[in-house]
Amino acid sequence: MEERRKMIEMTGIVKKYFIDTPNELAALNGVDLTVHEGEFLAVVGASGSGKSTLMNIIGTLDRPTEGHYTLDGVDTNAAKDSELSSIRNQKVGFVFQTYNLIARTSALMNVELPMLYGGMSRKERNERAEELLRMVGMEERMKHRPEELSGGQKQRVAIARAMGNDPSIILADEPTGALDSSTGRMVMDLFHQLHDEKGKTIILITHSPELAEETERIITLKDGAVISEREGSGHAVV
Amino acid sequence: MLLYENIRLAFSSLRANKMRAFLTMLGIIIGISSVIAIMTVGESIESSVTDTMGSLGATNITVSLQEKEDEEEGESVEMGMQFEGPGRMRTPTEDDYFTDAMLHDYCENYPDTIEAISVQESLSSGQLLVDKLYANVSPSGVSDGFFLANDLELIDGRYFSDHEIENHSMAAIISDKAVNNLFQGDTDAAIGSTISLVSGDQYLTVTVVGVYEYEQSIYSFGNTSEKDLSTDLYLPLPTARDLNHTTGESSFTVVTAAVTDVDSFISSTEQFFNTYYRNNRNFEVYAFSMSSMLDSLTSMMGTITTGIALIAGIALLVGGIGVMNIMLVSITERTREIGTRKAIGAPNSAIRMQFLVEAMVICLIGGIIGVILGTVLGLVAAKVLDMPATPSISSILISLGFSMAVGIFFGYYPANKAAKMDPIDALRYE
Repeated sequence: MEERRKMIEMTGIVKKYFIDTPNELAALNGVDLTVHEGEFLAVVGASGSGKSTLMNIIGTLDRPTEGHYTLDGVDTNAAKDSELSSIRNQKVGFVFQTYNLIARTSALMNVELPMLYGGMSRKERNERAEELLRMVGMEERMKHRPEELSGGQKQRVAIARAMGNDPSIILADEPTGALDSSTGRMVMDLFHQLHDEKGKTIILITHSPELAEETERIITLKDGAVISEREGSGHAVV
Repeated sequence: MLLYENIRLAFSSLRANKMRAFLTMLGIIIGISSVIAIMTVGESIESSVTDTMGSLGATNITVSLQEKEDEEEGESVEMGMQFEGPGRMRTPTEDDYFTDAMLHDYCENYPDTIEAISVQESLSSGQLLVDKLYANVSPSGVSDGFFLANDLELIDGRYFSDHEIENHSMAAIISDKAVNNLFQGDTDAAIGSTISLVSGDQYLTVTVVGVYEYEQSIYSFGNTSEKDLSTDLYLPLPTARDLNHTTGESSFTVVTAAVTDVDSFISSTEQFFNTYYRNNRNFEVYAFSMSSMLDSLTSMMGTITTGIALIAGIALLVGGIGVMNIMLVSITERTREIGTRKAIGAPNSAIRMQFLVEAMVICLIGGIIGVILGTVLGLVAAKVLDMPATPSISSILISLGFSMAVGIFFGYYPANKAAKMDPIDALRYE
């Protein structure tokens, strides 16, 4: 464990909203978190526990009010906004509950998007996007637009997009929340595949204890603090 | 780097809302097409007027009689009697006309400046008759200078001889169209022939001495058939004066030498003739040149153009505000898309560029449609006015550039707003 690279290193993360007003609210209250390369981690907690805030900070969409956060060796506290864009582009792959594919744009173009912003050449990103869509089993529907895809298919395209620039971590926020159990199972299997075969670091944010059990480590948040941390099975419960 | 993708994206987003995109473009289309149409018509009018003026000779000076402003009458006008005005208008009588003696003195006075003097005495319109054939004509008596002043060249025969002028003889110069109607185009048969001319209630006999080539005037609208076309027939000036029982004219044209300062010669001419008219109760002399007419016409066109440009500018302003409005709606609708793009790692500059390009594409498409529509309108208008159509390349280029500028100006604020959105809020937007 110790010799593995630290992907995420958070110390004393505090996030407050409405600072210096009577409504001041601490969404995160001193969170310490370390995630190593290749870990499959679940963050669970009731709504309002600070899950989303933590995810936003891990994904560098938001900055902590206090504390220190290093992502894959990059000090995010010191980074400018434009540098955070490029960190998100290269080191983080987002998978959202609501898929968030770009409408009226083919599956292929959606997968190419992070590579486009990363400055990859057209030929290279086209080849890579096709390869990623094959990996998630969507090779038959590369030219289809999101409107023409089912929920499970959309989420598979979204996962392929998250893999676009071969990121350090994949950040999945309730990825099966909008899917029925069988397509949800398919999506979870895909995460296991990415973890087992590609050695990806995956952080799964969920309120489902069953899904959390499938991961290697389960972190429970309550009122902006980590209240428990335990090991999971690390594989799907059949 | 992202330009190609941004343009593709802009088109796909416009395709998704075709009606909305078209309505947004409408302001730009109206503005640009009105500019192009008016420029096309304006340039057509200007070039055809310049051509005509050139052929008439811009250095020709027309001298005519003008009613003197009577001081007593001036008062009555102020007292609200101006409706009687037309009834009181005097026409020059025999006593007021320019006489040959005056013209002779005038030529003597400015021998280096005056090349020729053109005098025309019009007769009642009528018909030439040969057996059962006819040709409509507008007969008039002209001085030698007339042919020079009007750039009229004979295709066959000759001008009037001194002998014919002095003897007030019935020699005539007719058009090739008249020859076509009367002699089946055989000019040799026409020249020397003696034919009947009915002018008003006078029955005359004229001898054809020359034939000139008829040129369609830009002022002749409609299409009279070749057969009924009325062309000019020229007689020697003294002959026509005999027929009209007059000895002078109320106006004439001076052909000046090329080097003359036309404007100063106009005032010298007025001064010279007004010495004759100092004691005339009713008339004074007024001279003007085609170039001074051209100047006032050009400045009038300029005023019209400025007015239209102002209206077009307002249309473009309104169109631009429309574009800004629709872009603001568009970024609100696509807030989640913007959030997603930011999460994926799009820098603010890429988001700004995406929406700026979209606004520019809307304006440019509007501009292109406007240019096409305006050119068609301008060409149709020029055709209706029977003028040569000249679509103005420079105004097309300026219009396209201007519509892009409208896109950038009115697209920047919405695009910047999109670029500065907070990614978390944008992702959470319902």
